[in-house]
Amino acid sequence: MKNLPLILAYVFLAPFVGGLLAGIDRKISARMQSRIGPPLFQPFYDVLKLLEKENLVARRSQNLYIIFYLLFMVFTGGLFFAGGDILLVIFAFTLAAIFLVLGAYKASSPYSFIGAERELLQMMAYEPAVIFTAIGMYMVTKSFFVSDIAAFRTPLWQYLPGIFLSFVFILALKLRKSPFDLSSSHHAHQEIVRGITTEFSGKALAMIELTHWYETVLVMGIVYLFFTPGVLFAAAMTLFVYFFTILVDNTFARVKWQLAVNSCWIVTIVLGIANIIVLFLLKR
Amino acid sequence: MAYLKRSPWLIHYDASSCNGCDIEVLACLTPVYDVERFGIINTGNPKHADIFLVTGSVNEENKEVIRNIYAQMPEPKVVVAVGICATSGGIFAECYNVSGGIDKVIPVDVYVPGCAARPESIIDGVVKALGILEEKHKKGVKK
Amino acid sequence: MFWLGFLIIFPLAAGLILLAVKNDLLRTPVVKLSAAVICAASIALLVKSYPSGPVYFPAEFPGADRIMFAVELAIAGYIVFCAIKFKRPLTLVLIGLQTLAMLLLEFTAKGKLHAEHNLFIDNFSVIMALIIGIVGTLICVYAIGYMRDFHEHFRKEVTDRRRSFFFINFVFLSAMFGIVFSNNLLWLYFFWEITTVCSFVLIGYKKNGESIRNSFLALDLNLLGGLAFAAGIIYLHFHSGTIELDKVLSMGKAGVLLPVALLCFAGMVKSAQLPFSPWLTGAMVAPTPVSALLHSSTMVKAGVYLILRFSLLLQGTFCGIMIAFVGGTTFLVASFIAMTASDAKKVLAYSTIANLGLIVLCAGVGTYEAVWAAILLIIFHALAKCLLFLCVGVVEHKIHSRDIEDMSGLVVSMPRMSVMMQIGIAGMFLAPFGMLISKWAVLRALVDYNPLLAIFVVFGGAATLFFWVKWMGKLITVMEPKTGQEETVSRSEWVPLYSLSFLTIAICGLFPAVSHGLIDPYIKVIYGKVVSMGQGNITIMLIMLGMVCLFPLSFINLGKKVKVADSYLGGANAGSSIRFQGALGQVKEAQMQNYYLGKHDAEVHLLKFGSFACAGLILIMFIILR
Repeated sequence: MKNLPLILAYVFLAPFVGGLLAGIDRKISARMQSRIGPPLFQPFYDVLKLLEKENLVARRSQNLYIIFYLLFMVFTGGLFFAGGDILLVIFAFTLAAIFLVLGAYKASSPYSFIGAERELLQMMAYEPAVIFTAIGMYMVTKSFFVSDIAAFRTPLWQYLPGIFLSFVFILALKLRKSPFDLSSSHHAHQEIVRGITTEFSGKALAMIELTHWYETVLVMGIVYLFFTPGVLFAAAMTLFVYFFTILVDNTFARVKWQLAVNSCWIVTIVLGIANIIVLFLLKR
Repeated sequence: MAYLKRSPWLIHYDASSCNGCDIEVLACLTPVYDVERFGIINTGNPKHADIFLVTGSVNEENKEVIRNIYAQMPEPKVVVAVGICATSGGIFAECYNVSGGIDKVIPVDVYVPGCAARPESIIDGVVKALGILEEKHKKGVKK
Repeated sequence: MFWLGFLIIFPLAAGLILLAVKNDLLRTPVVKLSAAVICAASIALLVKSYPSGPVYFPAEFPGADRIMFAVELAIAGYIVFCAIKFKRPLTLVLIGLQTLAMLLLEFTAKGKLHAEHNLFIDNFSVIMALIIGIVGTLICVYAIGYMRDFHEHFRKEVTDRRRSFFFINFVFLSAMFGIVFSNNLLWLYFFWEITTVCSFVLIGYKKNGESIRNSFLALDLNLLGGLAFAAGIIYLHFHSGTIELDKVLSMGKAGVLLPVALLCFAGMVKSAQLPFSPWLTGAMVAPTPVSALLHSSTMVKAGVYLILRFSLLLQGTFCGIMIAFVGGTTFLVASFIAMTASDAKKVLAYSTIANLGLIVLCAGVGTYEAVWAAILLIIFHALAKCLLFLCVGVVEHKIHSRDIEDMSGLVVSMPRMSVMMQIGIAGMFLAPFGMLISKWAVLRALVDYNPLLAIFVVFGGAATLFFWVKWMGKLITVMEPKTGQEETVSRSEWVPLYSLSFLTIAICGLFPAVSHGLIDPYIKVIYGKVVSMGQGNITIMLIMLGMVCLFPLSFINLGKKVKVADSYLGGANAGSSIRFQGALGQVKEAQMQNYYLGKHDAEVHLLKFGSFACAGLILIMFIILR
């Protein structure tokens, strides 16, 4: 396997990176709200505390779905960092996310049910933009493989500005931040209690949190792909995009699902498809 | 392990409170007192919570609710009764519908008197509760 | 050659025998035996014909043309009789026009309607034959138990006409084999019309007002398609002097596009593309085996089979692009409508229409990658959709409802059934299962050809995700504890269900072999190029399949070390996870219903929009082609 060190780095280090990003998120949010905020490593304390709690469930088999959620998310991320086919990465990602939704359905409580429905709506909202990202990258680099895309000579954002913007737009959906944190939120505020994570506790909740960190690293990895090959520049831009989502999170209120789905699709169509049309015409 | 102390999540329930103590509890989350510094998050979900913060006294309507929420919290857990109404019924103790403080229904670990209890006292009470939580955890691990 | 003839004649013979068998007990072994023979014969065909390329047979039967003509007239007579009996003037007009067209051809081209090769076989035919032979026969076996239940418990008011039911089913299988083996377009047309009539009879099985209306709707629309088919053949004969498929395909694009467009029009009607989809959704009133056999796995596949045959000619032409857009629009609109439906059979019907639209999209694009993707889609869709229809049929009999909202808790009350439904649903959209592989192949094919077509696939795909997972979730949500209802499901229903579930999973593991052995050679013969999916990708898909198959194993250690508490209902639980203290001390039950996103009027509006769009596209296509 080509990128074995990178894969291993992802599997073992991504939780730390993801947790650190989550901690930075909470700290910056607090500072924006004129508070001091929790220590930087708070998310790690949270997860470690959750491991010490009792395993309480609403239905006996609900936690099994979470195990596979974690398993497939790690697999997807590993596939991505191994330089695999980006379309396959997207589909595997969907598979992982479905396990979380099914787990929430299994829990059979009204709040987790609504959370699951909203999560599905969110997935419906962001999937077109993500697939267009893959298509756009293929049109520029002539390859679906992440390793080829990462090695491309020119930074992709120069060819794919519309697609990049539409991806950043749906980033709030993927990272579960306002204005699109419909199904669950990292912070306390919620209208459907905790949404999909309502009925999970203890180790299952810790696994969900861990999987969110893997997910964050994977999604940030996709953002990174827009700015290669310059490593420092790409890393700086990725962090800047992350900061931007935190800023948007603290400035916007949550929207209704109709606005979330419609706005995402309109942005995808207008920016993303316009980008693809331009690329298509340029090739002729 | 000290992680329960570092990341206490609480669920706040208003039994039959006049909302005075509740406002003080929420004030703890504001920038002036900012309990998130200690990692405290107010989750609204018993399954995620370690600390059960109750205000107000017990009456027929909320007896079952308090029991239900307490039952839906995973171990180890502590209960903090905030305000004198939660402690003993307060000035409503002799009303026809009030049974008394929270300890009539569930075991309480920390009492925070006051009417309304001040944010400093509430934070103090929560910190005390964290110590008790640690002990419970150690006892649970030993078993 | 023997196997071709056998596969066409034997089901017909079996059907005739079944027409004579009155006793239900006697009927069962006859059906099972015939089904097994047909299934074995189609596998034998695969073994015999592998690995050679296309083979053509003259198949000269003296008097075959006369027999076919006579049967066609008899069918026309029967339809005229039905049309008069039920007062359907439109049907009379259509069948009259069609008979006229056939008479015209027969008498003005006397003797010159000779085809060099009447039958042929190539890998694509073998694949279709396998689908008909395996999936079709499994459905016939299933129908034994289902129809018994239907008449004894479910719909006692419907007269028992199972003799003719099974007769028509087997005649239909025979006709389907005829379609995929015919090289002579007149023979193809003959078998095509037989399937139309079979569909008409079977939809009207219940003989109530609704069934009759819908059967005539299906008949009218399919007769329209048949008319276009006949017009195409006539044009081909008079302008190009041929009625053979292989000769048409080797003629190149110039000159044959108009008749090809007419034939593709017939194909689009048969596979219920917009604006012709109402016949398929209306056909859901028929008993479930009919819905599974005709309207998801086999007959509608005949429509896309025909269009796919012409994909080489359609590649790069305006006609092909129009067909692709019709398919794409159908996929998009049907997927959206499926989101709004809660009747399980309606969801399955619209999902079928959508997937057929995807296949038509690929056929219209016509590149080698697209055709590869389309054939994969046919295989995977036939299996998964059939499984789902059969499951819904059994579930409907047991819980007396077709509504998805009533299927909650099925994982407890009918565990095996719910698992099979979940396999079927997963097979329809989830990685690493079949449809996902096909969708992936479609995306790759489109990206190389014209990325804008990918818009249809992407947005429609997002919608399919929504309604499938919604259904899946409803199956595993448990509200009230329910009693088991699976004991009364008969073996004739279990065997097909188990087989199809196994096949749905197995085909995902086997698809590299199927692709390499059957599909790639076919594509190579026609296009000279082969699609490669990359060995690495295939390995990864197989790993994912393995991991997903581990999931059921995790239930073995089911919840040993967990403590169960009630779900959170705001603390107001009244002793259970569903009951809570409502206002005024009343104990109420929590209800959870899926989002249907505009249930009541969305379907009508979307259908109107889609139908207008597609009708316009088809009109433009024909106008430009003149």
